[in-house]
Amino acid sequence: MSSASGTNSASKPASTRAKPANKAEAAVDWVDGRVGIYSLAKANLRKIFPDHWSFMLGEICLYSFIIIILTGVYLTLFFTPSMGETVYHGSYLPLNGIRMSEAYASTLNISFEIRGGLLIRQIHHWAALVFVAAMLVHMMRVFFTGAFRKPREINWVFGFLLLVLGMFDGFFGYSLPDDLLSGTGIRFMEGAILAVPLVGTYIQMFLFGGEFPGHDIIPRFFTIHVLLIPGIMLGLLVAHLILVFYHKHTQWAGPGKTEKNVVGMPLMPVYMAKAGGFFFLVFGIIAAISAIATINPIWSVGPYRPDQVSTDAQPDWYMGFSEGLIRIMPGWEISVWGGHTLNLGVMVPLAVFPLVLVAIAIWPFIESWVTGDKREHHILDRPRNAPVRTAFGAAWISLYLILLVGGGNDLFATHLHLSINTITYAVRVGFFVVPVLTFIVTKRWCLGLQRRDKDKVLHGRESGIIKRLPHGEFIEVHTPLAQKDLHTLTAHEQPQPLELPAETDENGVARKAGVITKTRVKLSEGFYGEGNQIAKPTTEEYHEITSGHGHH
Amino acid sequence: MSHDMSENLPEAHDASHGTDVATHGDPFADPGLPAHEPRRTDIDERAAQRAERQVSLMFVVSMLATVGFIASYASIDADKIVYIFPLGHVSALNFALGMTLGVALFCIGAGAVHWARTLMSDHELPAERHPIEADDDVRNDVIEQFKTGAAESGFGRRKLIRNTLFGSLALVPLSGVVLLRDLGPLPEKKLLHTGWVEAEPSKPLRLVNMNTDQPMKAEDIVQGSLTFAKPEGLEESDEDFQQQIAKDALMLVRIAPEDIKDAKSRDKGFEGILAYSKICTHVGCPISLYEQQTHHALCPCHQSTFDLADGARVIFGPAGHPLPQLKITTDEQGFLVATGDFDEPVGPSYWERPR
Ligand code: FES
Repeated sequence: MSSASGTNSASKPASTRAKPANKAEAAVDWVDGRVGIYSLAKANLRKIFPDHWSFMLGEICLYSFIIIILTGVYLTLFFTPSMGETVYHGSYLPLNGIRMSEAYASTLNISFEIRGGLLIRQIHHWAALVFVAAMLVHMMRVFFTGAFRKPREINWVFGFLLLVLGMFDGFFGYSLPDDLLSGTGIRFMEGAILAVPLVGTYIQMFLFGGEFPGHDIIPRFFTIHVLLIPGIMLGLLVAHLILVFYHKHTQWAGPGKTEKNVVGMPLMPVYMAKAGGFFFLVFGIIAAISAIATINPIWSVGPYRPDQVSTDAQPDWYMGFSEGLIRIMPGWEISVWGGHTLNLGVMVPLAVFPLVLVAIAIWPFIESWVTGDKREHHILDRPRNAPVRTAFGAAWISLYLILLVGGGNDLFATHLHLSINTITYAVRVGFFVVPVLTFIVTKRWCLGLQRRDKDKVLHGRESGIIKRLPHGEFIEVHTPLAQKDLHTLTAHEQPQPLELPAETDENGVARKAGVITKTRVKLSEGFYGEGNQIAKPTTEEYHEITSGHGHH
Repeated sequence: MSHDMSENLPEAHDASHGTDVATHGDPFADPGLPAHEPRRTDIDERAAQRAERQVSLMFVVSMLATVGFIASYASIDADKIVYIFPLGHVSALNFALGMTLGVALFCIGAGAVHWARTLMSDHELPAERHPIEADDDVRNDVIEQFKTGAAESGFGRRKLIRNTLFGSLALVPLSGVVLLRDLGPLPEKKLLHTGWVEAEPSKPLRLVNMNTDQPMKAEDIVQGSLTFAKPEGLEESDEDFQQQIAKDALMLVRIAPEDIKDAKSRDKGFEGILAYSKICTHVGCPISLYEQQTHHALCPCHQSTFDLADGARVIFGPAGHPLPQLKITTDEQGFLVATGDFDEPVGPSYWERPR
């Protein structure tokens, strides 16, 4: 090759491209020659994005994550992640002369001495709350619309991991200032680790570098909080977004929208302007909130001391779930062989917590197994059209809320003047009862809505006009729906429950269905069987009613 | 509007796009994408110009706000407090910086979104999706190629190489785990004892009041109050103070001896003064709330409630066992002292904890 081009010295191995029209084009040509951006941009510059307000939820997650990173970098410039002891002499007089860790002192410093430091701290914390909240709501959106179905199951899992990591990183960040509240949180964690059978004390010693609290925990949390977890999250986030791009967004059923297309506006310019602008909106709103509403005023609770505590000791709300579990668990402690102690009172809640999470994480796989559905889905389900899924989702949320009540039982007791014991007993019962009730109610509600849709399709919309018929009867005139509405309301699929395979195969040999197959059929019946969905109106039904003989 | 806008309306407004496509027998058929509805800014140039001005106005406001941010940073003292209704007393600098930054960012966003909504094309376009799965040809081809590659490596044939490779890959991460060993010491018996272990019958340790830093006499402990104590010699300035106080902290209550239900517990006390570990046996919060009528102590973390008159038995909440009690008495000068350690570990329970 090289010899060939060497002999042909007259022609240089340059591109045959025409001269660029201007400097900008020339610059892009230059980059293209190195990394090939034209081919990359070709597919993406005018890529179509559908528009729906709920797609903003994911954007809020992304943008608050960026805000957290930006402000986090700023904070690391001033924060001292050290448990070294120091005596405070700063401009916050109430704590003057008090002994505290350097971590706490530098947080005070950021809040009172560094100009703008307080603001950035507040933005960081607020953005973290917005981040976790937006992830939760975004996830609910994906769940209730069935957007997690094939081909998006992996992205559901990525998103789930991001939520869990976000929650834990929030906990680690919350712990760093080493104030009385966050220290109490770390103590909680220590107790939880100690409850792990067999290796609990070892993990505790290794994590804390000795006995609680030691001198190492804050620097170690710092590394985990700013490097380890955010690093993993960044990787997951990029993968999540690449997959979103690759799969293209889902869309609601509607005129012109099919499983094979995506209807919307192009990335450049509309979506770029809207999404880019939305980043600034989110950032601006969080900045304004941070100016107005103080969050985590660490100076008011003082530095951490293991023998002190303040009332209202509460984790950030997203950890309320685990806090609720730990508060309502009876204090069971049993001896096991060899004089060992098993602290069930702490262990059980800490095992239930991940179990519930895992159930949510693997939901897409459960559902596709039950339905046996192997097709791609890009059209969203309206929540009412998937009653069982919706009911499950609602049950999860109710479980979360009931545990949040459990986690805040002291607040509820003081604010509502109730006995804390009564609240705790009620939550213990509610833990088992409320999700079941929520499930039943939600499912019925969905079926009711389906029935109403069916009615609307067959009989039209109530017009509010009352007409008197010649024989004296009053009726309300119903306006028939436009075809686009008829289509939208009837576009959903209605899966049929699986059936047990025939008892005998084609050769007449008896074939027994296994336990797994039977369970699957049962579950499928529970999802789509009789009473679990309302049959869609058929064309015949429609014609019969609208042909003129029927009455409204 | 004085001028007629209808002439600006796009002509292609044919019905074939609209909702009234012939139903062809299927009333539920997809009627196709609806016709594009022009916005006011599409057909009225004056409205478009107004939108343009609005967008730039927002960008200008953003510029002003950034200038305001810099001015606030330079001119407002960090410790200046102002009263702002309805927020109350707030840091002037924080408020000014946050509001200006908020406005500067928000206006960029609002301008961009307004621009996109009013002036950029809002034609909805369909784009096709393609199935993600490869077709069978590609699939078979790839599998073929992989098989060729695998065959060339001899991976399947040379079992010895394969198995030892798996073995080495499985073992090598152990080095990483082993390296974590020096993160901390082994637990050994560390959790078994507290700072009170220094106390001996021949060399008792005085109980020092946490607040006054003075040793206490029996008459210092009044009935109905909770007094906190630490061992003599433990100073706040000590290197390992935090670690020690996390285990040594005591709470002292005085209960009329006849009200003490548990005889063993009464014997460990002195004239009705009982010394319990302050560290909750649930996950280790310090207990701080005391109800003097009932002699109940409540942990604020998860509301474990202990009956101090009955050996600190758990009467409510998630704690699994009573608070350990320290045996106390007085020395020759009448100061309260401990003559030994707790006879069980304080704080949360763990696997090796004897029961
Ligand atoms: S730490 Fe006391 S109740 Fe949990």
